[in-house]
Amino acid sequence: MQLPVINNAVAEAPKGGCSAGSCGSTDDQMNHLPEHIREKVFNHPCYSEEAHHYFARMHVAVAPACNIQCHYCNRKYDCANESRPGVVSELHHPVQAVKKVLAVAATIPQMTVLGIAGPGDPLANPERTFETFRMLSEQAPDIKLCVSTNGLSLPDNVEELAKYNIDHVTITINCVDPNVGSKIYPWIFWKNKRIKGREAAAILIEQQQKGLEMLVAKGILVKVNSVMIPGVNDKHLEEVSKIVKAKGAFLHNVMPLISEAEHGTYYGLTGQRGPTHEELQALQDACEGDMNMMRHCRQCRADAVGLLGEDRGAEFTMDKVEQMEINYPEAMKMRAEVHAAINEELESKRIAKESKVQLVSIQGVQKIAATRPVLIAVATKGNGLINEHFGHAGEFLIYEASSEGARFIGHRKTTPYCEGGDTCGDGESVLDKTLKVLAGCEAVLCSKVGYEPWGQLEAAGIQPNGEHAMEPIEDAVLKVYEEMRVAGKLDAKVTEHQKAA
Amino acid sequence: MALEIIESCTSCWACQPLCPSKAIFEAKPHFLIDPVKCTECAGDFEDPQCATICPIEGAILNEDGVPLNPPGSLTGIPILKLAA
Repeated sequence: MQLPVINNAVAEAPKGGCSAGSCGSTDDQMNHLPEHIREKVFNHPCYSEEAHHYFARMHVAVAPACNIQCHYCNRKYDCANESRPGVVSELHHPVQAVKKVLAVAATIPQMTVLGIAGPGDPLANPERTFETFRMLSEQAPDIKLCVSTNGLSLPDNVEELAKYNIDHVTITINCVDPNVGSKIYPWIFWKNKRIKGREAAAILIEQQQKGLEMLVAKGILVKVNSVMIPGVNDKHLEEVSKIVKAKGAFLHNVMPLISEAEHGTYYGLTGQRGPTHEELQALQDACEGDMNMMRHCRQCRADAVGLLGEDRGAEFTMDKVEQMEINYPEAMKMRAEVHAAINEELESKRIAKESKVQLVSIQGVQKIAATRPVLIAVATKGNGLINEHFGHAGEFLIYEASSEGARFIGHRKTTPYCEGGDTCGDGESVLDKTLKVLAGCEAVLCSKVGYEPWGQLEAAGIQPNGEHAMEPIEDAVLKVYEEMRVAGKLDAKVTEHQKAA
Repeated sequence: MALEIIESCTSCWACQPLCPSKAIFEAKPHFLIDPVKCTECAGDFEDPQCATICPIEGAILNEDGVPLNPPGSLTGIPILKLAA
């Protein structure tokens, strides 16, 4: 969990990692992976914080049916304004889905990964899901295929999954204890019966664990997703993390529960809250000792198209796709060129970083007494730079700076304080929201920040800072941390903490 | 003897492949059951399959017009909250 520039060990890291630019801590996740897994995931935008700035992914909604009910899901499909799993605007038959995938891949050559994630459970619709995969593996062999599942039908489908180009499967595992599961899953459909309560959870858990073991035995990469539900499975997820790691899952993604009342879910309507940013981070940190944790998941829609954090789905509605003439063999040549150029850029970044690491190791690292860690928020449009105005930021990346270095720990969404118009009508209430989102952070780095938010940020104990515009994020985070150390701000709170403890 | 799918159906396809009588078909704005073909799964399954997997409370009615999955029976959401 150390920043490469002050961690000599990273110089020996296997190739294919990421630079200090971008969102930061890819090394955190990827360093521990064996080379054959890194080879598979380095250009997967969902698995690598660096890759997601360069490569795009898409989901196709071919799998509407589901065989279980989760308390965080409402089976409504048509809401274009929402970005969350399970929601889609347009459902596709496999032939349509393949046409759409080819159209997107030809238009957005950075698209390297196609996932089937719902809106139901892909393996509860095996004919539709596998028909799509079969056609794509024949027509577009340069696209990686992945699938996510609740796991109930997984053991029955592992053989079939192994037949196609599918090397990544995500299983959503929220528990390994049926008593916990009975508070998350009201029912499952199993052997032609609807089964409820603890019995349902016990069957689901058994199938998930069996499926995980079978996939690992086949050499298929398994990522585990877990939804963190405070008071239900929050404590329990540390145990889940240990178990899935022991069984061979390569990455664990703990996501916050989304439970707005207007979504109409059980949790939303019964007032079950999601975790705070601090709670989520604490759990991710607790699990990290045992497991590679995923920190930058944006919880995409089941029909998302484009880079993470953007959705270009509206450009590829079925009526538009039907009008497009796609010559895929030609497109594949162009795609290969684009991918080669991106790989070259990533490689040169990696080399630049390695030489920087070597320079530090020759010069030696200045030994500084351990100081308390500080959370610093960053406004960025990407490319690893501080290049976004405070008021335009739709999300902030959160870094933890400490005497060990800087590490990326997550992102927090907000509504941009000022949409860029002459008047920001609801500016004040939106700013309040952003202040809440930044809770726990002691500084926010951005390319510019207005007079009004400046005062309120200071009043909230968050130091606004526009002095590092266009600088690489981690360098700037460490500079600001060093300024805080010199100013004595890092000692003061340690004393307070110690008093409190 | 036949079941009926009504407008709250979200056309999720879950029921269609399960029907032993091939009575369920895609239609707009929602799936329908051919009342001539539907047997309510008698002789094939203990429970009518469409109503056993359907996630939407109230979307499938029996021949008396009574929902096989009444409000609150699947999601566990209290009826007062559903109405709100």
